[in-house]
Amino acid sequence: MIKIVKRDQPSKAIFFFTPVLAIFLTLIAGGIIFYILGFKPFEALKFFFIVPIADKYGFSELLLKATPLCLIAIGLSFCFKSNNWNIGAEGQLTFGAIVSGGVALLFYDQEGFYILPIVILAGAIGGMIYASIPAILKTYFNTNEILVSLMLVYVSKLILDYLVVGPWSNPEGFNFPETRQFSDSARLPLLFEGLRIHAGIFLALAAVVISWFVFYKTYLGFQMKVSGFSLKTAKYAGYKGKKMIILVFLISGACAGLAGVGEITGPIGQLHREVSPDYGFTAIIVAFLGRLHPVGIIFASLVVAITYLGAETAQIFMQIPKYTGQVFQGMILFFLLASDYLLFFKFKFIDSKK
Amino acid sequence: MIIDVNFVGLIIASIMASAVPLILASCGELITERSGVLNLGVEGMMIIGAISGFALMTVTGSLIIAVFGAMLAGVLISTIFAFLTQTLITNHVATGLALTIFGIGISAMIGKNFVGIPGKEFPVLFEGLKDTIPLLSPILFGHSIVFYFAFALPFITSYFLKKTKIGLIVRAVGDSPESASNQGINVRLVRYACILYGGAMCGLAGAYLSMIYTPQWIENMTGGRGWIALALVVFSTWNPIKILIGAMIFGGLTIIQFHMQAIGVRIPVQFLTALPYIVTIIVLVVISRDSRKIRLSTPSSLGKSFHKDN
Repeated sequence: MIKIVKRDQPSKAIFFFTPVLAIFLTLIAGGIIFYILGFKPFEALKFFFIVPIADKYGFSELLLKATPLCLIAIGLSFCFKSNNWNIGAEGQLTFGAIVSGGVALLFYDQEGFYILPIVILAGAIGGMIYASIPAILKTYFNTNEILVSLMLVYVSKLILDYLVVGPWSNPEGFNFPETRQFSDSARLPLLFEGLRIHAGIFLALAAVVISWFVFYKTYLGFQMKVSGFSLKTAKYAGYKGKKMIILVFLISGACAGLAGVGEITGPIGQLHREVSPDYGFTAIIVAFLGRLHPVGIIFASLVVAITYLGAETAQIFMQIPKYTGQVFQGMILFFLLASDYLLFFKFKFIDSKK
Repeated sequence: MIIDVNFVGLIIASIMASAVPLILASCGELITERSGVLNLGVEGMMIIGAISGFALMTVTGSLIIAVFGAMLAGVLISTIFAFLTQTLITNHVATGLALTIFGIGISAMIGKNFVGIPGKEFPVLFEGLKDTIPLLSPILFGHSIVFYFAFALPFITSYFLKKTKIGLIVRAVGDSPESASNQGINVRLVRYACILYGGAMCGLAGAYLSMIYTPQWIENMTGGRGWIALALVVFSTWNPIKILIGAMIFGGLTIIQFHMQAIGVRIPVQFLTALPYIVTIIVLVVISRDSRKIRLSTPSSLGKSFHKDN
């Protein structure tokens, strides 16, 4: 007989093994879904996960997509580690893009080395302002941050929509819902000729290094960890809970805002309606898959970025909707959450004759 | 300016029609949340209901099979959520998000072959009475059965929660799973049932969109209504009757913006569309500021996992 027994302590080895297991199970389930839809499973999976990144261009696209995911997920890990449920990163990204885009538009006919830093800073500040709303409401009004941050996502997208259709729309743009092109000085430099990967990747890598340092080498990181385990303990220890809540939201908002800057000053080069294909939501999956660990998040962002590219290739070669990427993203999170069960429980074989 | 009474009636009727999916999904989610479970997968379950209803209608030709099939599809997809959160004790927020992301994706995959197919006409009730009473006729008569069900549902839900024994059990489980469990109530079973019921209602809400409101299949056609439905539950402070009012306001804002544009009122459309979300945040702040109020209205264990150690 098999019995389920609670573990005395969560297993550390399984903690890092389950993300791999989740990806493996997702591939199997994906193969089954493709088979049901009438495709050859292995061929379909090849189109989805290998073909898109098989050449130099594909690899650059992979990094391009992984950059915002990694950056946002790093920011979110500050929140999630300390038990703050910021699920509105998409809104913070959008608002960061709005603020930095607005600044970039001020300089649309100017060139100068000083423009890009100002634009980047504006994006981070925009994200922070937007993230401070759920944080302040949570700390001073006891308001549920999940719902507030989520509602604000839609508000930010509507603000962006209003701006690009109305006051900020390109005066010479034939009423297209988009702003002017930013000047070259407001664009992140490309890393290689002919590829779209841009300097924004360094922002993501910097975030990885800094977050690793904060998590594991500072008192703040320790406080976050304790609060994540038990808010009561944190209170007994005398940590200033309110300050920390606001701080982690600001960090997370800044990262999402920077991701927004990266998109509009990188591949896009202007503001239009869709600055992000839901990177802010997908990054939640990345944060979980990466186990809220900076290095884990790098790997997770690469894996999840493939689902974006795979969906595009699959749309072209197999005529299946690009939303297929979301099927894989959802499944990864399902399987990951499910296999977390193994962290806390184990199967034990018991001799039933006893 | 002469106002045609029947025109006003038609506008009110169109507001009510746009409120139907919100009422259905919110009332379903309300029961789920009253049992202490926060399911953020409403949008995902709705879109699954929308494609299932439309696909079954196209394939079988039967509206009854399609409507019930959509509800069943909602139940099936919410079973994933129930199994994960209740049996494997996963985090509600993350699981719900996964459900929405997965639902949007899988519905687009299933719906690939149904894009561009025209829908069927859905029968309406009391059509003969349409011209009898001025103003009231367009509001009262000539709607689908789902429409009438939706407007009865908040009252049924309210009665269920307040007056029936099972309703009391649901509330007990949501407010204090520990004491409910000590009373011999199977918390997990109750929560399973409430999640599946929520799934069924969201499935029906989706089917209403793809079969009655705009009879066709379009990718991502729920267009954020699931999130509004979630907001509506909070807006109502978990009171089904207030869902009715909220859905009329939220639905009304969508309809009114068309008419305001038509008569040339200069308020940006985006502002009106954003209003439900902003109002929800304000309501949330008002009820949460007073810890007594939030304790009275919010299910205390909302979003928290419950595991009985055996």
